Amino acid sequence: MPYISTTEEERQQMLQAIGVKNFEELIKAIPEKLKLNEPLKLDPALSELEITRLINEKTCRNRCVQTANSFLGAGIYDHFIPAAVESIISRPEFMTAYTPYQAEVSQGTLQYIYEFQTMICELTGMEIANASMYDGASAAAEAILMAIRKNRLMKAVVSESINPEFLKVIKCYTEGIGVELLVVPANNGVTDLNILKDTIDEQTSCVLIQTPNFYGNLENMFEIDNIVHSLEKCLLVTSVNPISLAIFNAPSEYNADIVIGEGQPLGNSMNMGGPLFGFFASKLEMARSMPGRIVGATLDVDGKRAYALTLQAREQHIRREKATSNICSNEALCALAATVYMSLMGKTGIYDVAMNCVRKAHYLAEEICKLRGFSMAYPGVPFFKEFVINTPIPAKEIIQKLKLKSIYPGLDMAKYTNPNQLMIAVTEKKSINDLDDLVNSLREVTNAKNYF
Amino acid sequence: MPKTIFEMSSPGRKGYTLPKCDLPDSFVSEIPQEYHKFLRKEMAKLPECSELDVMRHFVELSHLNHFIEKGLYPLGSCTMKYNPKIHETLARHTCFANLHPYQPLDTVQGALEIMYELQRDLSEIAGMAQVTLQPVAGAHGEFTGLKIIHAYHQSKGNVNKTKIIMPDSAHGTNPASCTLAGFEVIELKSKEDGRVDTVHLKEIVNADTAGFMLTNPNTLGLFESQIEEIADIIHSVDGLMYMDGANLNALLGIVQPGKIGFDVMHYNLHKTFSTPHGGGGPGAGPVGVIDKLVKFLPMPIIGKNPQGYFFDESHESTAINKVHTYYGNFAVLLRAYIYIKMLGADGLRQVSENAIVNANYLKYRLSDYYHVEHKEYCMHEFVADGTKQKKMCGVSTLDIAKRLLDKGFHAPTIYFPLIVPEALMIEPTETESLQSLDAFAEALIQIAKEAEANPENLHNAPLTTPVRRVDDVRAVKQLDIRFSL
Repeated sequence: MPYISTTEEERQQMLQAIGVKNFEELIKAIPEKLKLNEPLKLDPALSELEITRLINEKTCRNRCVQTANSFLGAGIYDHFIPAAVESIISRPEFMTAYTPYQAEVSQGTLQYIYEFQTMICELTGMEIANASMYDGASAAAEAILMAIRKNRLMKAVVSESINPEFLKVIKCYTEGIGVELLVVPANNGVTDLNILKDTIDEQTSCVLIQTPNFYGNLENMFEIDNIVHSLEKCLLVTSVNPISLAIFNAPSEYNADIVIGEGQPLGNSMNMGGPLFGFFASKLEMARSMPGRIVGATLDVDGKRAYALTLQAREQHIRREKATSNICSNEALCALAATVYMSLMGKTGIYDVAMNCVRKAHYLAEEICKLRGFSMAYPGVPFFKEFVINTPIPAKEIIQKLKLKSIYPGLDMAKYTNPNQLMIAVTEKKSINDLDDLVNSLREVTNAKNYF
Repeated sequence: MPKTIFEMSSPGRKGYTLPKCDLPDSFVSEIPQEYHKFLRKEMAKLPECSELDVMRHFVELSHLNHFIEKGLYPLGSCTMKYNPKIHETLARHTCFANLHPYQPLDTVQGALEIMYELQRDLSEIAGMAQVTLQPVAGAHGEFTGLKIIHAYHQSKGNVNKTKIIMPDSAHGTNPASCTLAGFEVIELKSKEDGRVDTVHLKEIVNADTAGFMLTNPNTLGLFESQIEEIADIIHSVDGLMYMDGANLNALLGIVQPGKIGFDVMHYNLHKTFSTPHGGGGPGAGPVGVIDKLVKFLPMPIIGKNPQGYFFDESHESTAINKVHTYYGNFAVLLRAYIYIKMLGADGLRQVSENAIVNANYLKYRLSDYYHVEHKEYCMHEFVADGTKQKKMCGVSTLDIAKRLLDKGFHAPTIYFPLIVPEALMIEPTETESLQSLDAFAEALIQIAKEAEANPENLHNAPLTTPVRRVDDVRAVKQLDIRFSL
């Protein structure tokens, strides 16, 4: 059998040593009638060669973004990943280790988490970050729960402009536990601040805003800070794109209390949507309310610098039903990929990536808007690397037609806003040829002529 | 300890290359005025290192870890089995790694087929009607399962069903997940034989009981033989039976939980189905349910129709919304899929049989040296303890665990389950050979002898690890959770 090391002879030897005649004696605690009396109905076992063939056959039925010109984003992005990232995360030393409970033989994992926490603090301007959450959506939900733990108020306000999938997960986490969840609509692609003002009150625990928001637009965070913090207890939670933080405001600049986000853009492949990882940072005063693992620097008995899991009194294995969260496994290896990515790209690299994204996205938006029938859905609203355009024919038709040319032009907004809108994401990976290719193809499939 | 990556930084040093920006000049000049108020005041102080700096740093860090290929990793209830390398090679295929979750359906049929077949295979393995692949960790699966239980009772108008009963041997995630899902936890004291006390259970079950959460085999490594009776008691008040699948490695091809009274369970693909633990994740915690609960599963599940595979959201009105941004940890699911395909029905049964034989063999080897409360044959893991050493030599289980590190082994799970004093919870898994089991047993036997002859050595352990015993009290009191720049 694959991966089983004992031979039949050794197994007999072991059974004999244990003092049983056969295996069945070992499981006599299981009542006979509960035992399965036939083999599981699974496909016949395959050898390594056969499984490779089978998987390769399946990959042929996928058409990934490597062989297509893709402008899909909406929360998960196709960024450049330096080769060294994979070289590090593939190391069994990192890949097959467990959660670093035995600190003395887990210093590698503990130190990179400490470095990861530092980098997230640097990007967000926050004072403390944890070792990772499942994804941006669960981080958002847990941020709301943390705010509620902190100020004991039961009303949570969320902007409609956040990733709609985040909202679904937030609903799942907050439903049935007495939390009142209110959604503030968006106006012209950003949170409607007048309605926000009218929605929040003394009972509001927190306001969750995403910036750049789902539509790619930058929210007016300084005004939102004034509105939210006009209430004494209300906390401001922001969901941010980590790459955007290289050039746009650190959340500390607008007084965010809790900062979360989807970390995938930092050195992690898209993988059909998982694994992802959420990052989670806050002001230090909330350290003891945080969910998830946190690593701290300390000393060993010889006075040597060492790292350990810390503030564990918050966690499920100590506090059980009183824990701040149930999280046990997190997304450590994805956080490692992010740490290696941020180490390689460094201070200037991540800035270059972000600037490339902004510039290319703005070039593309401008070029598309030169086509008759196309226009910005939210004219004049500043955006990062993603934007919504009005299309002369339904986005669905455009997507279908461009698929034949191996172009994924973006997300059909029918489900979210309008069937004649398309959301387009641009990363640093796009060359001017890729961008022009999209513009020309859009012109072709809509028979649009340039205005100019 | 190695320097931090920040201390290796030198201004202007680079570890990356990017193409020249090929846009017209007007797009690479100044940033437009309307963006100025959004600009960050000060650049984030990320390190500036060369690729070689970065490689050396992380390779150096990697050398400080214990990992499966280095030596036995006998953490109880964690199932640290060997993770086959073919999983990694195939999972990294560019046509999986570079799939965007919103691509047109007909461009991701291969990926959807894998998820569809995995749903089916996992359902068969546990005897469940359907599976959601969305949860990305065991505790995430628990939360999902409990939300399903909540939704079931809501749908029947049973708003008073607010309590979940579980034995005191439960994993810490169980009560924590209950709180997160809005349930109150009722803890049930285990019987002397380590199993559920059905007499007491009958007394505390009532109309408020929403369900019962049980790990089977339990955390003592014992099969809960009275499972049918337990299920009858819970079902008699329309409660639901939840199985924590952390210990499924003992049951493959032997027992189908869905056929012995469980209504909901999660699988830990990073335990039973051999996907790597990654230093704490990513994992995957799919949840299986019996027929009457399928309509509550989070959206979407993967369906199949004549046109091919698709995201089925037809149960939207009853679903518990969703628990992950997309469809779960696809790359982890893929590894488990490969594992199941390579083992087949016989292989999976052999996994459990050998896991059970290995655990019993170790238990036999150690029982003359360490106290084992529950003498009967165990399933895939067992709990020994250090009470003998504590009493006779003043040596604690922590000391024993730390001394094991000196000998090149990882320690077992210690001080859990909470109901066993000085617990050493040992799960060798099926992938360990007789020789490695013997070597581990010898190490623990030597330590038991050393505890008598020279207890100081154990108090001082570990001596040979990259750092020695770490002061975690200081880590809390003098909180230092980021490098100061």
